[in-house]
Amino acid sequence: MRHRKYPFIVGFLFLPVLLYVALVIWPYLQTFGYSMTDWSGASQQMNFIGLRNYTKLFGDSTFLLALQHNLLLLLVLPLVTILLALFFAFMLNVGGRSGTGGVQGVRGAAFYKVVFFFPQVLSVAILSVLFQGVYRTDQGGLLNGVLVKLGLEDANHPWQWLADPDLGLWCVVGVLVWSGVGFYLVLFSAAMQNVPKDIYEAALLDGAGRAQTFFKITLPLLWETVQTAWVYLAIAAMDAFALVSTMTPGAYYGGGPDHHSEIMATLLMRNFITYGKAGYACAMGVVIFFITLVLSVVSLRVTRREKIEF
Amino acid sequence: MSTNTDAATVPAQRSGSDAPRKPAREQRFADGGGILNVFSHGFLALWALMIIVPLIWIVLGSFKTNAQIGGSAWSWPSHWHLDAFSRAWTKGIGGFFANTVIVLAGSLTLTMLLGAMAAYVLARYEFRGNRTIYYFFVAGAMFPVYLALVPLFFMVKNLGQISPLLGLNSYLGLILVYTAYSLPFTVFFLYSFFRSLPTAVHEAAMIDGCSHTRAFFQVMVPMAKSGLISVFIFNVLGQWNQYLLPVTLMQQQSGTDPDRSMLAQGLMNLAVQSGYASDFPGLFAGMTIAMLPVLVVYLSFQKQVQAGLTSATLK
Repeated sequence: MRHRKYPFIVGFLFLPVLLYVALVIWPYLQTFGYSMTDWSGASQQMNFIGLRNYTKLFGDSTFLLALQHNLLLLLVLPLVTILLALFFAFMLNVGGRSGTGGVQGVRGAAFYKVVFFFPQVLSVAILSVLFQGVYRTDQGGLLNGVLVKLGLEDANHPWQWLADPDLGLWCVVGVLVWSGVGFYLVLFSAAMQNVPKDIYEAALLDGAGRAQTFFKITLPLLWETVQTAWVYLAIAAMDAFALVSTMTPGAYYGGGPDHHSEIMATLLMRNFITYGKAGYACAMGVVIFFITLVLSVVSLRVTRREKIEF
Repeated sequence: MSTNTDAATVPAQRSGSDAPRKPAREQRFADGGGILNVFSHGFLALWALMIIVPLIWIVLGSFKTNAQIGGSAWSWPSHWHLDAFSRAWTKGIGGFFANTVIVLAGSLTLTMLLGAMAAYVLARYEFRGNRTIYYFFVAGAMFPVYLALVPLFFMVKNLGQISPLLGLNSYLGLILVYTAYSLPFTVFFLYSFFRSLPTAVHEAAMIDGCSHTRAFFQVMVPMAKSGLISVFIFNVLGQWNQYLLPVTLMQQQSGTDPDRSMLAQGLMNLAVQSGYASDFPGLFAGMTIAMLPVLVVYLSFQKQVQAGLTSATLK
């Protein structure tokens, strides 16, 4: 009955590992190597120049601006998305008028979940085209159309949204939040449903209000999920490439007007594809890699709390 | 936790007078429900509108004329022609659709097969290097794809010198890349799933003289069906919506090279073209066509989609 184990293990692992190492691990490692060269990307010719790309990077005002924008995204995106998602999830699960059962969600919770989640399954390309329509600067734009109709803005001086230097990046944040809230809502909802109902019922027997229930019961019990969400959103904030590069103005990979919505990813792609500075682009990649790494580790360590079993 | 202290003191004061008289029906939060319920419903409905309205607006847009779209966001289509849809389809949406289906058919099969095989061996067999390989896979799920983009581009380009079937702008090349980048997550998810399955059935099969390979395909795979479905849906959506990889790898290499754009990528190109040609109805129709299959899949499997995507992140 004993079959030989090792040929089987090797047979099953060989192809997946080969594919994975060749197309994922090896390119990641190569990025580190190339970041220390003056490689142009077009030819195979390159010279080793040590850390010069990195010193240049931190004297590059455009890169520092892009870094600043990424850090801003990092701060705002998780905060807004998580707060909205938590609020909605709480409303859907606990916020309802109580009928025969002690604690329940609002009516139509299932419908809301289906609708809120939908943007998550749309491609970024669809999001981008959709919101270019929404953010149109004339009255054909949905947002301007609505605001004019409501009398909130002057039809002759419509807002410039994506073309406005101060507003462009926030418009992208708006799209990210719009599409992300549903996912985190469902995530938090699932976690809330794991919390035993009697805990809530005990609290409401004791006369706890909704706000109190939320801050004293829901949030502490959901802490671990919130933490996961935070890491995912942080990674999303470091990325944001597809939306910024297609939505914001700018000749190659967006980032405009005049670098006002520039992020590291768009700068990287422009240096690589347009300017032919592949080595320099790789150095940016390495910087992004380390920021992501540090973020994930820090947010998992610092925010660690005692695990509550129920 | 502070809840415990609250819970300890308050019931003692209350239980004597209040609680017994209150019928179960009327248990509710101390701050009632009325106003807050209206308030919460208001917010929920507002957010739902913010999601539904733009989507419907796009669908309506594909029936409008250019002048109507440019004129006012509130214009209503004057007649319900399907011209824009046929224009969008002939401009390439049909082809992009076919490209995407071809690539996904290959990459999903390969992802599920290789992912399940690797995850199964890592989860169920002890051997030297097991943990190392597992962590290797998990690490790949942590980092954004575009970090590897520069070398990956050249890797695929070099593959093209081995065989033109594998290079840039080839179906097979993209299938392999999609598979490789879906593996970390697939392995990560299925690993914990295979671990949670009972061992007894597998052992019984082995005693009956079943080979390792057969035990996997005929015993373990059917047992892991629900996990496989979750991760499958996750991969369908992820790969269907992938944008960065095809943009980098599926550019036409020469004038004679056929356009093998994926749907998301093709739609973006169409957006740029329609901008020049001012064919917004065509663009909106193209978007409607691209959204429709996703909507159908989502509505028919929304329970599994939600469960699959969220359980995936929670594990």
